[in-house]
Amino acid sequence: MSSRPPVIRVEDLHVWFALPGGGELHAVQGVTFELREGERMGLVGESGCGKTTTILAMMGLLPATASVSGKVILEGKDILIGGEETISPHRWNDIAMIFQGAMNAFNPVKTVGAQIAEPMVLHGLATRKGARLRVAELLDLVGISGDRADRYPHEFSGGMRQRAAIAMALACSPKVLLADEPTTALDVMVQAQILELLVSLSSTLGQELGLTVILVTHDLPVVAQVCDRTAVMYAGQIVEMAGMSEIYHDPRHPYSRMLFAATPDLLGDEEVASIPGAPPRLDREIAGCPFRPRCDSVFEPCATLSPPRREPVAGHEARCHLNDPALTEMAS
Amino acid sequence: MAPPGADARLLDVEGLIARYPVPRGLLGAVMRRPQLTVKAVDGVSFSVAAGEMVALVGESGCGKTTTAQTVIRMVEHQGGSIRFDGTEIGSLNPRELRPLRREIQIIYQDPYESLDPRFTVRDTIEEPIRVHSLVARSEDREAKVHEAMERAGLTPPELFIDRYPHELSGGQRQRVAIAAALVLEPKLLIADEPVSMLDVSVRAGILALLDGLRRDGMGVLMITHDLSTAAHFADRIAVMYLGRIVEEGPAREVVRNPQHPYTKALISVVPRRDPDQRTVPQILIGETPNPVNVPPGCRFHPRCPAAEGRCKETDPELREVVGLDPLHRAACLLL
Repeated sequence: MSSRPPVIRVEDLHVWFALPGGGELHAVQGVTFELREGERMGLVGESGCGKTTTILAMMGLLPATASVSGKVILEGKDILIGGEETISPHRWNDIAMIFQGAMNAFNPVKTVGAQIAEPMVLHGLATRKGARLRVAELLDLVGISGDRADRYPHEFSGGMRQRAAIAMALACSPKVLLADEPTTALDVMVQAQILELLVSLSSTLGQELGLTVILVTHDLPVVAQVCDRTAVMYAGQIVEMAGMSEIYHDPRHPYSRMLFAATPDLLGDEEVASIPGAPPRLDREIAGCPFRPRCDSVFEPCATLSPPRREPVAGHEARCHLNDPALTEMAS
Repeated sequence: MAPPGADARLLDVEGLIARYPVPRGLLGAVMRRPQLTVKAVDGVSFSVAAGEMVALVGESGCGKTTTAQTVIRMVEHQGGSIRFDGTEIGSLNPRELRPLRREIQIIYQDPYESLDPRFTVRDTIEEPIRVHSLVARSEDREAKVHEAMERAGLTPPELFIDRYPHELSGGQRQRVAIAAALVLEPKLLIADEPVSMLDVSVRAGILALLDGLRRDGMGVLMITHDLSTAAHFADRIAVMYLGRIVEEGPAREVVRNPQHPYTKALISVVPRRDPDQRTVPQILIGETPNPVNVPPGCRFHPRCPAAEGRCKETDPELREVVGLDPLHRAACLLL
């Protein structure tokens, strides 16, 4: 699998938001990752860490107050380079997104089918008749019987509306699906069904699907059960990225370790511990490591040196000085 | 963890029933369509002892929040009894209820909505004292506010007391809501999804705070959809389905050795933190039925993977399961 070229690669992505009172908020600070076909990656972190901003930047959907730098390379081609002009041909066609709360964003006075069909007709991708057929196909794909297309949103349960939102994102057969908190407002039973659907959409390799999925969530257990890999974001940076099992059993950044420790497990006996303090403000320069004020393993270099991206183990990277033998030796 | 003996029970709810009429609309009334009712709480019995945390868990619409609101008499009940500290409070009138309102406090899910944005932390915490005309001198009130803030972990109080909600983080806001409840020194605290709006990193702090209050002798009734949280922090768990408690028992017991088929399914879909322990979700068919039309017999039988013929006829009662902790009870005919 590693011989396949990545479907999508994000390279040194930065996003700044201009603040109304002057100044800038550096929301995403040099994010780099790539995904192969059919891979599912989690993007986790606390609110405000930049996870949603990262995927909105990939979609080219940030507001006008944002400035962006870096690359989003889709199948070898940077789509960020020409702004809207180079992104728009790929938006929905190659990269699609399920917005947070999408299930509650349906227009109550139009049928669900009409709302899924609308973008296809508007973009000239299908005739009205063709769109109808495609809608039935899409609904079927997400586990809703096609004849439900003529129903209104209020006739759907929450789980069905979320499935319909997924169907909408899949309308143009994208290669990459960015899912922003797709199960957050759902009950566990429905959550399990939606997660199962996302897994099945991505693991149909070789067929039309084989979707590559980025799952944005604050819910670590969801990522643990669904994703192959995860990136942990803090203060606009990916502070650790590794295979799920590696990051759980051998975290290389104290933040990841503390996040797992703050998450109660159904059958776990360990003490659940909160992480003291709060994330730093991103509208000013941060000296040293951004996690330092909350970290339980601080040593000298943390105050002054910003930890660079290191790969202590192949395929496992982290931004923490503890992974630099030269620094840890010097300190001891 | 001590079994709540009759005298130790702070809150004792028996056969609670709460129904809401379904609005018929003008046409419905003119046409004399039958008045439908939502059976939100349909015969619920449980107790909370002093120094005990009981978690009421279930999916949305199962009646857990209505149960809590009925207990504080915010929602009227149509049957059953609510005994608090030895007194039947289900039949008290609003005037008689007033002193009681101090003894039972409730905190809500969303600390962004539950605090008045124009109130400082001081105003918010002081208001309950004023409403109940508890302390006349303003210095004494200030001292009370400080004390409540310290108990709620807002230390040092001077740092927070003049702030407005927008100047606080979500966790701090929830602590303000808790301080405003504590200032009345309640015996029972009802926490309705107290951490579900908060970031993972601060949840444990709020739950540890509730745990500390419980240890100091307060009874805590926590309403939550999160079984992992309930398993970690509650002494006992009661699982609700469609307006009824279908299983209850010591928290560890219920999650490690679930008896009711619904609890089993619910536990099977809880994502585990360890990626190597991939769960095998046992996904139930269908959606939770509408509480307007509660199925006859066992209310879970249409979705139950183990249902038999008799399940369609007999409504099972919550009872002990042979061979288990006597406090662990389930409402299933097949046990």
